[in-house]
Amino acid sequence: MSPDFHEIWVYLSASPLAGLTLTLAAYQAGMWVFERFGRRPALNPVMIAVLLIAATLMVAGIDYRTYFDGAQFVHFLLGPATVALAVPLYRQFQQVRRSAVALLVALLTGSAASALSAVGIAWALGASERTMLSLAPKSVTSPIAMGVSEQIGGLPSLTAVFVILTGIIAASFGTWVLNLVRVTDWRARGFGLGVAAHGIGTARALQVNEVAGAFAGLGMGLNGLVTAILLPVLYRLFFT
Amino acid sequence: MLGTLTLLLSCQLAGELTARLLHLPVPGPVLGMVLLFAGLLVRGGVPEPLQETAGGILRHLSLLFVPAGVGVMAHLNRLEAEALPIAAALLGSTLIGVALTAWVMSVLSRRGPDAETGNGEDAP
Repeated sequence: MSPDFHEIWVYLSASPLAGLTLTLAAYQAGMWVFERFGRRPALNPVMIAVLLIAATLMVAGIDYRTYFDGAQFVHFLLGPATVALAVPLYRQFQQVRRSAVALLVALLTGSAASALSAVGIAWALGASERTMLSLAPKSVTSPIAMGVSEQIGGLPSLTAVFVILTGIIAASFGTWVLNLVRVTDWRARGFGLGVAAHGIGTARALQVNEVAGAFAGLGMGLNGLVTAILLPVLYRLFFT
Repeated sequence: MLGTLTLLLSCQLAGELTARLLHLPVPGPVLGMVLLFAGLLVRGGVPEPLQETAGGILRHLSLLFVPAGVGVMAHLNRLEAEALPIAAALLGSTLIGVALTAWVMSVLSRRGPDAETGNGEDAP
């Protein structure tokens, strides 16, 4: 019995099947918990899935590399998904042309402030250079953030973790901080969440208000573009 | 579905090739997004199948973050060693980013029409 089991185990750990199945199952478990307990921002499905998978791998004694070899089919789709962001961007582009100047200035301010304050705070508290570089692109959606991180010498997988945490922080405290600065305009509230906290911020904005959701989606797409272009340039100015 | 998936991958491939050939500091998929966006502007609308496929992928966008997110396992030592700077940087910069972006946007879109009429005063 046990030699059989050993053979099966060897087969499973060498094929992508187990990693792929585990990823989909854990994500659906995360979604179920999220829906079941009233879509609370703290119960982010991605976070739950990540914790479930990490715990499973640790218990089974499988390292991250082995798991990722299987799960990279899912990971690969981030590329085409990034291209697909052109569709919502185009649809909203028509509606928001009128506030173009306000959007552009807010975008550049918010994008720069998010990246610089992240690096600045980390630097002031003594973080390593690798960590700071991995933090810089954390406000944009992870396919873009990971690409930028790789380019400026950060660790893409660490950046992915920061991206997800950023989204969860914004979803949890966004309403509070927006009330604090007394912004009542739905367009501005949504745009702030999208620029600073990508897809998770956008999902949160959509839950609250449709206009906010549309502007959040726009903010996410535009900040992805701005960060992808500006951060590598800034990096070359300051670090090389 | 198959056609639009081919279109998305072609845009990504064209983006990758452009970025590498011209040594641009931009990830290939982002250039692919710009290409597709430009294509939509020229065409003047989103074809129905593209709308469906893109909508389908983006609805499950957060699933795609999971494999990379599990990378937290590979970084536990670093996260533990630099817990304070990382937590402070994430919390501080995210709240600053949300607040500043929204504030600038609301101030500018409020002042816009006033400036046109030559009236610089804030509305009550």
